[in-house]
Amino acid sequence: MAQHQVNYASSGGLPVALTTVDKLLNWGRSNSLWPLTYGLACCAIEMMASGASRFDFDRMGVIFRASPRQADVMILAGTLSKKHAEFARRLYDQMAEPKWVISMGSCANTGGMFNTYATVQGVDRIIPVDIYLPGCAPRPETLQYAMMMLQKKIRREPADMKKRKLQRFV
Amino acid sequence: MRKYTPKDNVQAKAKYTDRFWVAPRTPRSAVEGEHYEAALARLKESVEVLDAWIELGQMVVTIRPEQNIEALRTLKEECGYAMCSELSAVDYLAQDGEFEIFYQLLNLEEAKRICILTRIKEDQAIESIVPLYAMAKFAEREMYDMFGIVVNNHPYLKRIIMPDDWEGHPLRKTYPLEGDEFASWYEVDKIFGKEYRDIIGPENRDPARIDRYDTQRFSRIGHEVPFGADPELVDETETPIEYSSDVLVDYNKGPHKVLDKRK
Repeated sequence: MAQHQVNYASSGGLPVALTTVDKLLNWGRSNSLWPLTYGLACCAIEMMASGASRFDFDRMGVIFRASPRQADVMILAGTLSKKHAEFARRLYDQMAEPKWVISMGSCANTGGMFNTYATVQGVDRIIPVDIYLPGCAPRPETLQYAMMMLQKKIRREPADMKKRKLQRFV
Repeated sequence: MRKYTPKDNVQAKAKYTDRFWVAPRTPRSAVEGEHYEAALARLKESVEVLDAWIELGQMVVTIRPEQNIEALRTLKEECGYAMCSELSAVDYLAQDGEFEIFYQLLNLEEAKRICILTRIKEDQAIESIVPLYAMAKFAEREMYDMFGIVVNNHPYLKRIIMPDDWEGHPLRKTYPLEGDEFASWYEVDKIFGKEYRDIIGPENRDPARIDRYDTQRFSRIGHEVPFGADPELVDETETPIEYSSDVLVDYNKGPHKVLDKRK
């Protein structure tokens, strides 16, 4: 090896890939999005179907974790009642940064058909949301598409959280 | 297969045309039948029966509220009504200033049902029937939660559906469906505190709302605004959508045949 000079920067040299730290970090983050195992209502059934073998979330590196400490993504799947809002927010707070939120289904987006006293009218009242996923309930393909859009979003934003445009309140 | 009925334009005519339609009462008849007559006679020995009739194949008995436990004990121990399948209240406060409490009893051996009705005033309490029917533990808690009816001698009278610190009783007719002031700010007050009401803003009860100045959650068709742009800098002039004339027919151009004929 030492006998001949190697030009690392040349294309014919050793396999060297040039990239930025941002891209490298975002590559890792976007390809191992671990959502929290957290279902609220009937949308959770579709979320479970997405995780199961027919739709197979695992092939995208999306693996459901049973602890908020290990999760990156919170999928709010279903109707959020006012009684439960406190605990949803607590689970969100327990997740480590960086973290993202998908609001799945009409009920999570706007309260949906539950225009009542007991339903939170959109989870963005208590948790900052990255992706709003319409449907009642959205099909597993839709959730997978949302996850792919979230991957796109992550790849676009700076890896340093301080540089990220602060859209989050509190 | 079900018979096909044409469904063109079903939404054009309203299903219910009379706004003030009142459902007719189900017919009532005098108490008859060996079983019910015997049960009613037993009941009359122990408590004061205000009224009794047969409605929808079951006997309905009205009693005084302070005698509810006596009446239920008689029916359970002497007439074989071993099961209380339902218990709740109906809000007649606006009409009569009273709540109507009903106990739905079931005799499993003879497949007979009895409904016990009793009326209490708004500030009146009722005796718990937990010593007779254990199901009343949850049912009476729900009645307390939804109507605010206090149940005396209940082992654990606490809200069951709504949060413990909730104000108001949602199943009363006076409670608004979309919630009162307390309900609409409940989650904000609880999680962030009252000082965040201004930041988060009131609830949006209109699911079709579009905010043209919200550049993060809404985009304007035919009018590109960058994501998260300052709403002050949003250009107000509308740019009409232009479609390729090869593919789409532009109905806005040229003479309108039908309209011209009508003129």
